[in-house]
Amino acid sequence: MKASSGRQTPLAQRISTHIGLILISVGFILPFVWMLSTSLKTLDKTMEFPPTFIPDPVVPRNYIDVLSNPKIDFARLARNTLVIAVMSVAGTSISSALVAYGFAKIRFRGRGFLFALMLSTMMIPFPVTMVSLFTIFRWLGDHTGVQFLGTLKPLWIGAWFASAFNVFLLRQFFLTIPEELSDAARIDGCSELGIFWRVILPLSRPALTVVALFTFMGAWNDFLGPLVYIQRPSQYTLALGLQSFQSQHGGTEWHYLMAASVLVIAPVIILFFLAQRTFIEGIATTGIKG
Amino acid sequence: MTRKDWQDFSRGIAFISPWIVGFLAFTLLPVALSLYYSFCDYSLLQSPLWVGTENYRELMRDDDFWRTLRNTGYYAMVALPAGLMVSVGLALLLNQNIRGQSVYRTIIFLPSLVPVVASSMLWMWIFNAKLGLLNHVLSFCGIEGQIQFSWLNHLLGLQGGDMIQPLTMPPPWLDDARTAMPALIMMSIWGVGNAVVIYLAGLQDVPRELYEAADIDGANGWQRLRNVTLPMISPVIFFNLVMGIIGSLQTFATAYIMTGGGPAKATYFYTMYLYDNAFSYLRMGYASAMAWIQLLIVLVLTAVAFWSSKRWVHYQGK
Repeated sequence: MKASSGRQTPLAQRISTHIGLILISVGFILPFVWMLSTSLKTLDKTMEFPPTFIPDPVVPRNYIDVLSNPKIDFARLARNTLVIAVMSVAGTSISSALVAYGFAKIRFRGRGFLFALMLSTMMIPFPVTMVSLFTIFRWLGDHTGVQFLGTLKPLWIGAWFASAFNVFLLRQFFLTIPEELSDAARIDGCSELGIFWRVILPLSRPALTVVALFTFMGAWNDFLGPLVYIQRPSQYTLALGLQSFQSQHGGTEWHYLMAASVLVIAPVIILFFLAQRTFIEGIATTGIKG
Repeated sequence: MTRKDWQDFSRGIAFISPWIVGFLAFTLLPVALSLYYSFCDYSLLQSPLWVGTENYRELMRDDDFWRTLRNTGYYAMVALPAGLMVSVGLALLLNQNIRGQSVYRTIIFLPSLVPVVASSMLWMWIFNAKLGLLNHVLSFCGIEGQIQFSWLNHLLGLQGGDMIQPLTMPPPWLDDARTAMPALIMMSIWGVGNAVVIYLAGLQDVPRELYEAADIDGANGWQRLRNVTLPMISPVIFFNLVMGIIGSLQTFATAYIMTGGGPAKATYFYTMYLYDNAFSYLRMGYASAMAWIQLLIVLVLTAVAFWSSKRWVHYQGK
């Protein structure tokens, strides 16, 4: 099954591997445990020495306090974040799939050059476009009547114009779909768009799921984007809201800060466990085909 | 072009048109604009005023520019190799035929899912000098007291204010200019799970025959690693290295949230200084010049990585 399993590993080696992995796993998981445990402690207990991992008393109320704290309006933060995430996922899935189809299934002049050009844009650091995009959005607001700054649009509008990374990923997948399927549809009188929609897309669900998951995570985690383009607290995302909550409670009320962090992390972890295979395989395949 | 060629061309362009529009509007135009701004004095409030190469010349004299560049370089040069070694090491451990592999893999992977704001807060708490988990563990292990640098002061002939101050143990991490950056690097190791999964997939693609051949030739474990495993996953390492260079030059959120660049600007990163110029001091032209220098650095480093890869990256069957 695995490459190195050509021969039976000696027992002693297997045991030491397990011991090593268990110690490492404890190291990786301890921060989570510490976070959860702090989030369930009273303020006094967070300052106790030596600390305990099991909170006594257990205070689930911390979560209610955080959720009902007017300084961090979780419902609104979550709603803003979801709007950005959903619009980004929808936009990038549709547009990137169309573009990937063009690059994978249609032979046309200049295709190789355009594809290379697209891949090379992945190297451009965000700060290079950050400032001038700001001025472009401002100009659009002044000259088209459609406001961008002061809304959530700057954070998802770009997703509707295909992202290089997602196009690359989908193109690699489309290339594995046999040409005979498209040809059969073509003989049946199917248009190119029809082939894309009825033949290719239904077969590409795994790749599309990976794109959707990664994009959702990206929107959920993004910090610098919202920091630059969001101006009013009413439009804050979870990331910004959590950060401003932290700066207001500067280094004191760790039980609240940890409870708030748990609330921000939880959806991501739940999503991961619902789609674990897709995640792991997605990361494995996207990282490899450099 | 024939009629068929034209048809294919227009079809192809139609399909990729979303990217073409996006490329022109959200990449080419902003990149060109930022090049233009980099030669201007531009405060957002007034139109850009052409100043030639003044921004670039000022940058060369700007202590904070060099400081943030140095800090970023320090972070990249320690965090990247450390992350690489840890993730390859973990992937090798996981790649053995052991029970519970997927459980270990999940545990190691989970931290890389945590949104950066949340992980920053968590680690601020862990690094907390008095109450943090890390220092509890360290004092439990008997790491206490003070490190005196008197011998070093003596050796370097430092006196008065120049003397290296004693470091309390366990260290105050984010509160001391000397330990803040190592703390951020340690924290970055927690998020290597992504790379581990990628390397693990790479390892599992290594053809078994190669190991069998190595066994027949009497290779020991180290030789198998050195001559079979590492060359076979070198393309993956290379890909991660290039992405890591680009990513670590853009380090922003963790330091912005955890230290604000301090103490004493010890964790002031390049992108933070750029952001401050743009949106705190409204020096858009100056920030754009910084952004262009950043782009050039990325291009040069990527080119170097590609060039050097000919020596050590092994592409199978190519």
